[in-house]
Amino acid sequence: MRLRVGSLRPLVWVGPAVALIGVVVLWPVVVLVHSSLQNIAADGFVVGGAGARNYTTLWHEPALAGVVERTVIWVVVVVSVTLLLSLGLAQLFHQYFPLRRLARTALIAPWAASVMMTALIFRWALDPNVGAINIILHALGIVHRFGTNQADWLGTPGWALVWMMIVAIFVSLPFTTYALLSGLQTIPDEVYEAARVDGAGRMHMYRTITLPLLRPAILVATTINVINVFNSFPIIWEMTRGGPGYETSTTTTFMFILKQSFIGEAAAMSVVNFALVIVIVLVFLKVTRWKEAVG
Amino acid sequence: MSAVSTETVPFVEPAAEAPTLARRPSRRPLTRRTFVLSVLAYAIAIGFLLPYAEMVITALRPNKQLLAANLVPTHWTFRNFTTIFQTGFGGNLVESLVIAGGATVIVLVVSVPAAYYSARHRFRGRSLFLLLVLATQMFQPAAMLVGIQREFSDFNLPPTLSLILVNAGFNLAFSVWILNAYFASIPAELEEASMIDGSSRLGALARVTLPLAAPGIVTALIFTFIAAWNEFIVALTLSLGQASNHQPLTVAINNYIGEYSIDWGHLFAGAVIATIPVILLFAVIEGRVVSGLTAGSIK
Repeated sequence: MRLRVGSLRPLVWVGPAVALIGVVVLWPVVVLVHSSLQNIAADGFVVGGAGARNYTTLWHEPALAGVVERTVIWVVVVVSVTLLLSLGLAQLFHQYFPLRRLARTALIAPWAASVMMTALIFRWALDPNVGAINIILHALGIVHRFGTNQADWLGTPGWALVWMMIVAIFVSLPFTTYALLSGLQTIPDEVYEAARVDGAGRMHMYRTITLPLLRPAILVATTINVINVFNSFPIIWEMTRGGPGYETSTTTTFMFILKQSFIGEAAAMSVVNFALVIVIVLVFLKVTRWKEAVG
Repeated sequence: MSAVSTETVPFVEPAAEAPTLARRPSRRPLTRRTFVLSVLAYAIAIGFLLPYAEMVITALRPNKQLLAANLVPTHWTFRNFTTIFQTGFGGNLVESLVIAGGATVIVLVVSVPAAYYSARHRFRGRSLFLLLVLATQMFQPAAMLVGIQREFSDFNLPPTLSLILVNAGFNLAFSVWILNAYFASIPAELEEASMIDGSSRLGALARVTLPLAAPGIVTALIFTFIAAWNEFIVALTLSLGQASNHQPLTVAINNYIGEYSIDWGHLFAGAVIATIPVILLFAVIEGRVVSGLTAGSIK
C-alpha cells in the first residue's frame, strides 16, 4: 500500500503542470489536425468529413506560391540580419563603459512592449503625409514630396515588406543581443590573455576564439528567433493586414485570413505550419543539448 | 589591445548588488576608446527608445495637430488620456488585468510544485516531463490557432476564462524551467536542517526554499504577466463575440483602427498606458530572462 502511494507522489506535484500543458498546448494540435480533415462552414458548423480536400484546395490556391516564397524570405532575412547586428551590439555592450547597465536596459524596450504596439508606432511613423520617418527622410532629401507614392511605403507591397522586416529585426534584437551577451560572459579572460601573449590581433582573436566559443549561444538564439519570426503575426497584421490581396502575407497571416471564411482550409495551412514548427523544435532540442541540461 | 576589451562582469546581477557598479569607474581611466564606445552605445540605446518617445509624443498631440508635418507639436494636451476612458478603455484595462493576473496565479500555483519536485527527486518520467516542458516552450498559439479556437468553443467557457487558461498553458514552460534551475541550486541540506529543527517538509519548503528562490519566482511572475498582457492573436480570436469594452487591451487598441480612419490619438494614449508599465517591470527581471528562454543552455 505504501509503495503505491509513493509511486503516485510525483503525480501530485507534477500532474497539474502536465494536465495544463496537455489540455491547452497539446490537445489543440489534435483538434487542429482533425479540423483539417473536415468540411466546416464559416460559422464553425461541421458539415461533414472532407478527406484531403482542404489540402488539395490549399495546394491549388493561386496565392500560395507567393505566400510561401515570402515566408522563406521573411524568416531568412529577418533572422540573419538580426544575428549579424546582434553580434555587433553584444560586442559593444560587453565592453566596459560608464553607465553600461543603464544603456543595456534601454535596449529591452522593444522586447518588453507588445509587438503590436511597436508595429503600430512604425505604421504611424510611415504615414505618407505626416509620419516622423517621412519627415526625417524628407529633411535628408530622400523623400521629395509628402503624400506621394514615394512616401507611401506601406501602400507599395515591396517597400511594405522591407519596412515590416525592419520592425521584425528591431523587436528581435534585444533578446538576441542579451543571449549573445550571456554567451560572451562564459568566455574566460584567460583565453584572451593567452592569445594576446601569442601576439594575436583583435580580429584574429574574434574569429578564432570568440565566434567558436559563442556557437552554443548563436545556435540557441537562432532557433528561437526562427520560431518567433515564422509565427510572427502582429507586425504584418497591424501594418498592412497582409494586403493588398495576399501580397504582404506570410503563411501565418494567410492562415488567419483564410480562417475567417474557410476554417478547414485554414486548419490545413496550420497543420503545414505546425509540421515546420516541429522540425524547428527538434533542431532546438538538439542545440540546447537538453539531456545534459536535465542531467 | 587594452585590457578594457576583455572586462567581464557577472551578467546576472541581483539588483541589490547594483551599487558596486557605481564604484567600478574609479578603477579605470576614461580612455579615448572608452569615450568613443560610450558615445556609440548611448546613441544606440537612445535609438531603441525613440519609437516609444514618438508613441508618447503622438498621445500628447492635440487632435488638430495630427495632420501637422512636424516632429514635435507646438502644443501639448492630456485630453486623449481622459477622453479614452469614455470609449470604455477602463473596462479593457480591467479585462487585461484579470487575464494576465489570472494566468500568472495559475502558472505559479502549477509550476512551483512541478519545478521543485523535478529539481529534488529523480522519479520515473522525470526526463519525459522536462522534455515535454522544453518542447512545448517552442510551441506558439499562432501555429495552432484553429485548434485552440475550436477546442475552446467546444468547452463553451466565458472568453475571459479561456484566455486565462491559454495564456497560463503557453507560458508555463518558461516558469518551470527557470524555477527548476533555482530550486536545483539551493542545497537540499538547508531544508533538512530546518526539518531537524521540527519543520514539516512543506514548512521547510515555505520557510527556507521559497524565500531563497524568490528572484526566480519574481522573474516567472513578471514574465508571465507581461506575456499575457501583451498577447494579441489569441485575444483577437477568442474575444471576438465580447462587448468591445470587455475585450483585452491589445484588441481594444486594434479597434481604434477603423475601416476608413484611425483614431491615432486614443490609440497611442492606450498604447502608452499599456506599454510604459511593462517596460519598467521588464527592466526588473531583464538580466534573468535569457536563462529561462534558452533552458539554461547559455549560462
